[in-house]
Amino acid sequence: MTEQLLEIEDLEVSFATEDGVLRAVGGVSFTVSRGETVAIVGESGSGKSVTVMTLMGLTRSPNARFAGTARLHGEDLVSAPEDKLEAIRGKEIAMIFQDPISALSPVHRVGAQIAEQILAHEKIPRAAALERAIELMGRVGIPNARARARSYPHEFSGGMRQRVMIAMALSLSPSVLIADEPTTALDVTIQAQILDEIRQLSAEADNGVIFVTHDLGVVADIADRVLVMYAGRLVEQGSVDDIFYDPQHPYTWGLLGSVPRVDRDPPRRLPAIPGAPPSLLRPPPGCPFQPRCPHAFDRCRELPPLAPRLPDAGHLDRCWLTPDDKRALRETDGRIGLTEGAAS
Amino acid sequence: MAGFIARRLASAVLLLFATSVVVFAIFEVIPSYNPARAIAGREATAVTVAQITQKFGFDKPFYVQYFNTMKLIFTGQIIDYQDNLNVVSQFVHRFPVTLSLVVPAAVIWMLVAIVLGSISALRAGGWLDRGLTVAAVTGVSIPVFLLSATLLYLFAFRLPWFPNTGYVQFGSNPAQWAYHLVLPWLAIAVLFIGFYSRVLRSNALDIVNQDFVRTARAKGLTGRQVFIRHVLRNSLMPIVTLFGLDFATLLGGAALVTEAVFNLPGIGQYEANAIGQLDVPPIMVGAMFTAFFVVLFSALSDVVYALLDPRIRISS
Amino acid sequence: MGAVGITMPAASSALAPEGRQPAAVGPWRLALRRLRRNYVALFFLAVLVVIVLLCLLAPVYSAHVAGTGPNTNNITGTVSVNGTQQDIVSLSGVPIGPTWGSHYLLGADTNGRDLAVRLLYGGRTSLLIGAVATVIIMILGTLVGLLAGYFRGVVDFILRPLMELIWSFPVVILGVALGTALALGGIGPIKGNSLYIPAVIIGVVYIPYVGKPIRGEVLRLREQDFIDAARVQGMGSWRIMFSELLPNVSSTVIVFLPLILANSILLEAYLSFLGAGVQAPKASWGTLISDGLSFIQSTPTYSLIPGAMLVLTVLSVNVVGDGVRDALDPRAQVRVRG
Repeated sequence: MTEQLLEIEDLEVSFATEDGVLRAVGGVSFTVSRGETVAIVGESGSGKSVTVMTLMGLTRSPNARFAGTARLHGEDLVSAPEDKLEAIRGKEIAMIFQDPISALSPVHRVGAQIAEQILAHEKIPRAAALERAIELMGRVGIPNARARARSYPHEFSGGMRQRVMIAMALSLSPSVLIADEPTTALDVTIQAQILDEIRQLSAEADNGVIFVTHDLGVVADIADRVLVMYAGRLVEQGSVDDIFYDPQHPYTWGLLGSVPRVDRDPPRRLPAIPGAPPSLLRPPPGCPFQPRCPHAFDRCRELPPLAPRLPDAGHLDRCWLTPDDKRALRETDGRIGLTEGAAS
Repeated sequence: MAGFIARRLASAVLLLFATSVVVFAIFEVIPSYNPARAIAGREATAVTVAQITQKFGFDKPFYVQYFNTMKLIFTGQIIDYQDNLNVVSQFVHRFPVTLSLVVPAAVIWMLVAIVLGSISALRAGGWLDRGLTVAAVTGVSIPVFLLSATLLYLFAFRLPWFPNTGYVQFGSNPAQWAYHLVLPWLAIAVLFIGFYSRVLRSNALDIVNQDFVRTARAKGLTGRQVFIRHVLRNSLMPIVTLFGLDFATLLGGAALVTEAVFNLPGIGQYEANAIGQLDVPPIMVGAMFTAFFVVLFSALSDVVYALLDPRIRISS
Repeated sequence: MGAVGITMPAASSALAPEGRQPAAVGPWRLALRRLRRNYVALFFLAVLVVIVLLCLLAPVYSAHVAGTGPNTNNITGTVSVNGTQQDIVSLSGVPIGPTWGSHYLLGADTNGRDLAVRLLYGGRTSLLIGAVATVIIMILGTLVGLLAGYFRGVVDFILRPLMELIWSFPVVILGVALGTALALGGIGPIKGNSLYIPAVIIGVVYIPYVGKPIRGEVLRLREQDFIDAARVQGMGSWRIMFSELLPNVSSTVIVFLPLILANSILLEAYLSFLGAGVQAPKASWGTLISDGLSFIQSTPTYSLIPGAMLVLTVLSVNVVGDGVRDALDPRAQVRVRG
């Protein structure tokens, strides 16, 4: 039985703004186990970034309201006092951010920044921390680490900067690593290298990884389990095979359907999900996807609970349609997609 | 590096030259300006005036007068028209007084501004921030001459806590030196505290929302560590440039009203008298003096900026 | 807030009727809305309006309340205070303090003139000079910035060092020297005691404070694609400057305006205080403060009341300016109820 590192239950995050209360995350629950990589997929505004930032306590502000719990090794992060969180951040749970050039301090040397992370949690001499930083830089594949530790972030290429971030995040061997779209700002070729790096290092460290992305190709590559988010809610959750081969939610069909396939003739128009995501200020009642879903019916005015509707208890979804209906409706022209007859 | 220094020197010389020309030209504009009469005094006869005119060469063309004046300045022989004192030596003698006024005031205002600006930024939106902002805006809205006069009235007359005017040399009695300067220091500091604390607050609020601050928090640094090492460090950089200019102009005598109100025999007081009497030599030397400091400190602040921000270093 | 990716969907999305969106609002309307919610700024705007109105009504006050003009000397006269008649100017030359009555409400000056009347007329002068100077600075400063930033080359080669020179020149010396010099002899057809002289001097001194930042912004903006697009469309340089660049720097201009106004009023007071600004017998708040200094011990109100008016006016301009700046560019505007 693999150890459950992180247990999130009914997490809710909302922000008070000039125009009203904005519900960014509503009722999200999932777990992360040791050795497991969980991918959170969704478009901009789906709440995926807010969810993981809340785990780190980075969304706390006078305007933010939280509900639910997120237990790391049994201790709740959402209600933890700030000094408790400071001790946990970087040590038990660490994060790699999206854009390394803006995520690294421009005025401090790279080696010093990695050492700063170590020194925040361990009382060792500066020189020792720097030595460890250099060693970490070597491990993530930065050549000539000792000399490069004295360089500044703007003197590195994008891929190298991201490796620095990875070295920094893994410096204290955290139990959970969160990667928030770490490859979005990089070239595709570098992207593959960085993904390999992350995969290898987390296998070595045997920690749990939460990988936030909007790129299904990355998900297929790296994830063990997948969470699909829409308008602040989890709409589907399952193993990566489940999601790709037996998706249960129309939004997931739409995501999959919008990816052009190599083994087919290219469609005349790339199928897209019609409409736009709803306002998080006044979310419509019932299923959040209902306004855009071509298969919506009257029951959809009531919010479906996230529950397993198949024999596999690990595969959950939020859709009232029966599994048979779903299997019938999701295929158009032999491929999974949302709009009927779009691919031709 | 050598190129940097050379360029700065060249622009310094140019600026000094231009400044001196501008000042000289201003007085050429006045049709009724007659320096000979000013020197001769009220009771002078036409003959005296004519003699003085010839002696000082006031009848010569503009560029000749200018050249002569500049020569006198650079050989340290220039004298003012009012009291026949050597201008350069006046400046030298009076400079320590101005230094005593400006340097401690600068230290006070920067320290207080950094503290208040930081508090304001950390508690942005709260009542403390609002209160400090009101205080800062008020500080910026009070003209220095009014503040000097009010401080003098309140704390030297109504409540005789401080001596009313005068300057005591540091060498003779440090305690009295400071005691006589407290009110003038306050008069100067209040305005700048108001200004700099708001600039710092504004910079800090910009920086606080940047990604690298978020990373610093994610690393588990304490709030104070994040603020000092990352937010403050970056917020202070633009302030360095602003400070350089303010400090330079103050050294050149911009605090002349404060010196006048509190009767401190510094450069500013000398310049103020000269301006009132349209006494050109001290005004010229004063303007060039200030220009010199402006160039010096703007070069220094560029260097400090480059030290603080490695991105500038590499590109230049 | 980088954490929340808020989408602002177009109003035309098909949605269930219960889930309505806030209508899309342009940046200017948004700013105006924010400004309207800023009660402090609105309060001080009201204060400013009251002050301006009071000063504009100076002739009314002078005619109907005080019964005397701003320049009417009355050294030997008397005024009734609480029933008794008192000398307006005592035998030793000390003018009377505030009577708090309709005549000589705030007292008199050494020439027997009604200070309250002079306060209001002086306010008109101070505000007028400040306003004229601001107009000069904003128009010329923006123009110079646009020209130097857009054309670069020869134009910039001349304008930029000129701005640097004026900017590095000690404001004090420049302003006071010019003020004193021109007050004596005037310039051309303009007489020495014309109010335009301080206004122009202040204008010239502060132009670089607007010109330099605008130039910097224009330099940045002209590299952007929309300028290339305009050129490709065949727009001439002047049209590009005024219909493409100018609107984009307009928010900077708007932010600067209250700042410049506040500083112009302060500089006028400073110059007048030193005698290099408004010349006697005209009054401005600066001259009144200066006149009152000799009596600061006996009659502090003489200096302090004009001083308070000056500070209140500048404070109001600054607060409103802050409000405008926050409305155009709100940052960590926190503490929203919700």
